[in-house]
Amino acid sequence: MQDFVQLWVYLSTTPLFGLTATVVAYVIAHAVYQHLGQAPWANPVLWTVVTLAVLLTLSSTPYPTYFSGAQFIHFLLGPAVVAMAWPLWQRRAEVRQRAGPILVAALVGGAAASISAVAIGWALGLPADLLRSLAPKSVTAPVAMGIAEQLGGIPALAAVFAVLTGLVGAVSGKYLFDAMDRLTPQVRGFALGTASHGIGAARALQEHPDAGAYAGLALGIQVLLSALLMPLVARWL
Amino acid sequence: MQTLTGLAWLLLCQSAGEAVVRLLHWRLPGPVIGMVLLLVLLRWPVVRTAVAACADALLAHLSLLFVPVGVGVMTHLGVLSEYGVRLLLALVLSTWIGLAVTAWVLRALLRPPATPARGPESENP
Repeated sequence: MQDFVQLWVYLSTTPLFGLTATVVAYVIAHAVYQHLGQAPWANPVLWTVVTLAVLLTLSSTPYPTYFSGAQFIHFLLGPAVVAMAWPLWQRRAEVRQRAGPILVAALVGGAAASISAVAIGWALGLPADLLRSLAPKSVTAPVAMGIAEQLGGIPALAAVFAVLTGLVGAVSGKYLFDAMDRLTPQVRGFALGTASHGIGAARALQEHPDAGAYAGLALGIQVLLSALLMPLVARWL
Repeated sequence: MQTLTGLAWLLLCQSAGEAVVRLLHWRLPGPVIGMVLLLVLLRWPVVRTAVAACADALLAHLSLLFVPVGVGVMTHLGVLSEYGVRLLLALVLSTWIGLAVTAWVLRALLRPPATPARGPESENP
């Protein structure tokens, strides 16, 4: 028993622990998700995060210790944002042809998500630094952190809000779209990518390949629009 | 090897993006500039074949990459419990508004020229 405790103390402080726990928990959560026929509420990101948070709390492992291993996965978010150029390039002809509608939908939808978040938060009396961290919540986490920093928000909170927003879209988007009439996979995917970034895009990809491609496109456009426009808009306020 | 070459291109674009942002004091995240740069570089087949292999693999497991940040929610339980219901309301409602408005606008604008009857084969490679 004593040996086991010492082994655990050793393992849980090396980067190997965070990395292994993340990948193993995700693989299991993803298998369960597949087994349940990709039910939206069984979202693998949601359950991996819950499992790991419970595991870390029960073993009283501090988050920085976990992150020393998980950072190797976290780092790949940067190259993943760069890689969004690929689905965009693949559909360039279609995108060029539909450029007008796509840009207008991205601009109006992105603005609606961001403004409504700040407006609802303001109406409910949330403090200013939380509101500034809420504004970029529809953009993928690493970009949201950068924008929140420029807006005077809290980058770490912005990342948390972005992840929660992604989960809300991935888990509940299907029901919302089913309630709306006649939406093509392209439109559903584009909406998920615009309002729920990468986590929504991952969900769209599982629903339909066209939905996935449009979600990737939407998320790329949203990254560009928010990074360009949000600091400009914030300067007027 | 193609996947590795692709990763090299992605990292080079990201590094170039970071360099441009730092040098020119742009208020943009480095990877975003990297994405625009890669969009230009994809004209060349050499870049394209390598990047395709890597980007598909990376984007297929995109949701895994959000797990470390997601677990970070536990370090902010203080703020989340203090403003819990109000934050949740703002997050959930605004996400639904964003989803509905985007879907509604795009559906309205695409309806005249493009009919959904064309199906999946209408996709451009």
